[in-house]
Amino acid sequence: MTAEIVLQVFRFGFLLLLWLFVFAAFRVVRADLLGGRTGRVSSVPPRAQAGKKRGGRGPKNLLVTAGPLSGTKITLGEQAILIGRADDSTLVLTDDFASSRHARLTNRGGQWYVEDLGSTNGTYLDQQRVQGPLLVAPGQPIRIGQTVLELRS
Amino acid sequence: MAAPAAGPGTDPRQGAPGVTTPPKRRGTELLMLGFAVLITLAAQTIVDITVTGSPSPEIATFGAWFTGLWLVAHLVVRKVAPYADPLLLPCVAVLTGLGLSMIHRLDIAANALGESVSAREDAPTQLLWATVGMVLFVAVLLVVRDHRALSRLAYTIGLVGLVLLAIPAVLPSALSEVNGAKIWIRVAGFSIQPGEFAKICLVIFFAAYLVDKRDVLALASRRVLGLEVPRARDLGPVLVAWGVSILVLVFERDLGSSLLLFGIFVVMLYVATERASWLLIGVLLFAAGGTVAYQLFGHVRVRVDTWLDPFAYYPDGGGYQVVQSLFGLGTGGLFGAGLGGGRPDQVPVAKSDFIAAALGEELGLFGLVAIVVLYLVLVERGLRTSLVVRDGFGKLLAAGLAFGVAWQVFVVLGGVTGLLPLTGLTTPFVAYGGSSLVANFGLVALLVRISDAARRPAAPPAPPAPKLGEALTEVVKP
Repeated sequence: MTAEIVLQVFRFGFLLLLWLFVFAAFRVVRADLLGGRTGRVSSVPPRAQAGKKRGGRGPKNLLVTAGPLSGTKITLGEQAILIGRADDSTLVLTDDFASSRHARLTNRGGQWYVEDLGSTNGTYLDQQRVQGPLLVAPGQPIRIGQTVLELRS
Repeated sequence: MAAPAAGPGTDPRQGAPGVTTPPKRRGTELLMLGFAVLITLAAQTIVDITVTGSPSPEIATFGAWFTGLWLVAHLVVRKVAPYADPLLLPCVAVLTGLGLSMIHRLDIAANALGESVSAREDAPTQLLWATVGMVLFVAVLLVVRDHRALSRLAYTIGLVGLVLLAIPAVLPSALSEVNGAKIWIRVAGFSIQPGEFAKICLVIFFAAYLVDKRDVLALASRRVLGLEVPRARDLGPVLVAWGVSILVLVFERDLGSSLLLFGIFVVMLYVATERASWLLIGVLLFAAGGTVAYQLFGHVRVRVDTWLDPFAYYPDGGGYQVVQSLFGLGTGGLFGAGLGGGRPDQVPVAKSDFIAAALGEELGLFGLVAIVVLYLVLVERGLRTSLVVRDGFGKLLAAGLAFGVAWQVFVVLGGVTGLLPLTGLTTPFVAYGGSSLVANFGLVALLVRISDAARRPAAPPAPPAPKLGEALTEVVKP
């Protein structure tokens, strides 16, 4: 039979090992949360450049304020944002009132314009149905079916 | 199923100049997997040295096999789901490894006493099942390249789930009954519990169905006493789910699956509609069903009575298992008896239903809590995936699968510790049982697939804009 001291070392050593694994997992969770932020931080230089161009006053996020996807936040860049039910949209809606390619937000010189892509039920900017491209101010609600979006700076 | 243009495996933004892709974290996963394998091998060695005085020669074969298993999993994930969550696999690896070690330890105990009827070794069988599970894991990842493809097959998958659930009820008892529960298919020496697979199929179906119907279920409601109450005709789905659970309870005498399915459905309904009234309706339906079942069915009554006062049915009667399990947990105390130092074989069916009691006895409260926290990390990663992924079906599927694991662990540990009536569910990944292990590996494969889609950088719109290379759009969770 093995010596008692060895058994005690095994007994507590194994618990220690198990908890070390748990804490390693916590570290990964933490790094994951912070990693997301560093990912954004490292994408700051190009955005700062763009900000210089337009005086740093352009909106930075597109926030979903109502609807099933409420709370989803999309960081804005230079690229257009496609909204609709199609799988390859930037914001994929699962809404019976949305068309597969419903609307598009485009950036022109730091300003964002919303444009309807021929949807069935229409896109509304502040109660007004969007016909041609319209300038969107931060905080102005864009409604698509049950989803409401806002630009936030 | 044709994959969409920007399917997994192709990263359109890779190598684009000036663009930071989110970290894939596959190195972290490999490191954590190595840690998991180390813990498993330590557990096996400690068991061998404590019980027999020297490490058994099989440990080398076991170690190589077990390491190979996770190495394969890691390489496949690296290849086909490079953005997958780095913690899902390592948590599963530790839990599986601890389970294997404890089953090995119980094998030794049974053989030493000569109590084992067939003197067979269950740990190698379980390792074989883990291998089969890994084959399923790899197959799911290779076949399901985009989880949204599943929503198109949802009704077929749902039907398969119902059939799987119903088979044991229809089969003659000789082929389907073990210890009073008719939940098996026994063919040529193999026992399969189809309910474990049915669970996953039904979660897929629920997710697709609720994404379709949630507008009706969420919006058409009246306000009664400050609570949004749905219209009577919208109660159909929840009543059907409830009915199926009751049928399972009646015809298969399986309290666990019944509770598991109904709980998952109600919570998915809640997640889909954000209406707390569904939870209330679920609890009321459960209370009604439980009361009636208690009155009508002897097997339910026995479970509830032994839960309320297990010592009244000890040592003869239904309380024996629970009381032995409580004794084991009590003996273990805070720090446990040490691996191989306790008598976990004193609890009947310690390898499958009561493996948590065995682990609690030998690792103590500290060890058992560590195991619960590992489940917590697994579930947290699943729920986080659900938050981050951008399509509704993926959200509901990930939430349903993650909640399923949490609910199952809660019900099993509740049963073992006397908090809830015994249900006969198995501890996911840890308990001895092929179907449970294989099915849960499939479940993890789905979570890995969805988490890959969730963490993958947003694909640019289909008609490529000229400035694609400088794409900056990324989704940040709330």
